[in-house]
Amino acid sequence: MSQKVLLSSKEINIILHRLACQLLENHLDFANTVLIGIQPRGTFVAERLTKILKEEYGVKNIQLGLLDITFYRDDFRRGEKPLEATETKMDFLVEDKKVVLIDDVLYTGRSIRAALTAIQSFGRPSEIELLTLIDRRFSRHLPIQPNYRGRQVDAINDEKVKVMWEEKDGKDIIYLKNK
Amino acid sequence: MSELSVNHLLGIKYLNEKDIQLIFETADHFKEVINRSIKKVPSLRDITIANIFFENSTRTKLSFELAEKRLSADVINFSAGQSSVKKGETLIDTVNNILSMKVDMVVMRHPNPGAGIFLSKHVKAAIVNAGDGAHEHPTQALLDSFSIREKLGDVAGKNVVIVGDILHSRVALSNIFALKLQGANVKVCGPKTLIPKYIESLGVGVETDLKKALNWCDVANMLRIQNERLDISYFPTTREYTQQFGVNKNLLDNLDKEIVIMHPGPINRGVEITSDVADSKQSIILNQVENGVAIRMAVIYLLASKIK
Repeated sequence: MSQKVLLSSKEINIILHRLACQLLENHLDFANTVLIGIQPRGTFVAERLTKILKEEYGVKNIQLGLLDITFYRDDFRRGEKPLEATETKMDFLVEDKKVVLIDDVLYTGRSIRAALTAIQSFGRPSEIELLTLIDRRFSRHLPIQPNYRGRQVDAINDEKVKVMWEEKDGKDIIYLKNK
Repeated sequence: MSELSVNHLLGIKYLNEKDIQLIFETADHFKEVINRSIKKVPSLRDITIANIFFENSTRTKLSFELAEKRLSADVINFSAGQSSVKKGETLIDTVNNILSMKVDMVVMRHPNPGAGIFLSKHVKAAIVNAGDGAHEHPTQALLDSFSIREKLGDVAGKNVVIVGDILHSRVALSNIFALKLQGANVKVCGPKTLIPKYIESLGVGVETDLKKALNWCDVANMLRIQNERLDISYFPTTREYTQQFGVNKNLLDNLDKEIVIMHPGPINRGVEITSDVADSKQSIILNQVENGVAIRMAVIYLLASKIK
């Protein structure tokens, strides 16, 4: 199994700042916008972005939700491993809000499809955008594209993008691995 | 992640501690789901479940049906009263006929102990035991423990007394298995005639003095007298039973500490428990009912994920 570094800690930091600025450009004071991290790994991106927006750009009152999509996935009983649910933390309704879904890697698009269904349980948003740190090109199963992307990569199906975070794995780094 | 060690839920006896923890963790997520404004998830849209009830039930049947519908399963209901069982059809034939209509899971209540186990050996479907005679009622025991965990933080190390008709109660047996598996201390309390011989062999204590039992426990689970199963007279009068084994406000107020009161329902108000206790803040009876839906969603979800 070989792996190469796709993004270093410094590059991740620069990209997160750029994404934060792009969000700021479109949503300004975030008065009618909610950020939603998709569990389990999109939440790290969402929490980092929220921190940057609050601490470095002085945005107050950002609403951040964490959404578990396990029960909305389309591969129940189809995979080798059982699906493991994680916590959903949504303390608000998304009725008439602008929602930004946030995930780490966009691959087939099926997780996002599940998230689009799941979000309906919390109301009818006025619009939904998608932010993803890594966009794997040419691998979509569904017509889903991100509005904000960190880095686009061409990875073949045998390869896996592994995103590691300081909070969980000890350091920020993204690898491209051969399975 | 882990999955259940069993393909059917026939009784707590067949589960291990990890299974119970997995069911509880899954139920935590479903409890959050059923408190949303839209309480439904699409997970089981390709699963069909038959609820087969050969014995009366209100709470359990509604709770299972609601759990199945919240998971988007297709549901068919069958009550023995209006069926061909009365014309002499056997249990296996009845169930196989239902399964021919492409049913994946059977939730069954039956008056005979072991009916679920028997069925699981003879038909191709996941079986959930919703009560088999005086044997087991696993989902009730799971929701009881889940409610204790919710109220007191943990089940391990807690003192739980089960009061009433232990002899005829499937809730008692399943609760004993579940509580012991999680490391709780269990005592049973009731008239000697309604406590099975050799119950100590399950690792539970016996107490015939209600006041002593209540002073010992953190949680009291009050059971109903199963009048429909009393073939002979086990105690002189209901009034005498109430005087010795009924819980009232006065009794609770005179204890050293505040204990939690549970009841699996249906309540016979004024017999095993008075109204002021049933409706007091110490009582978690209605929480048990709410948790019942979440627990049954978890059990059905986890069993369904093993259907190939």
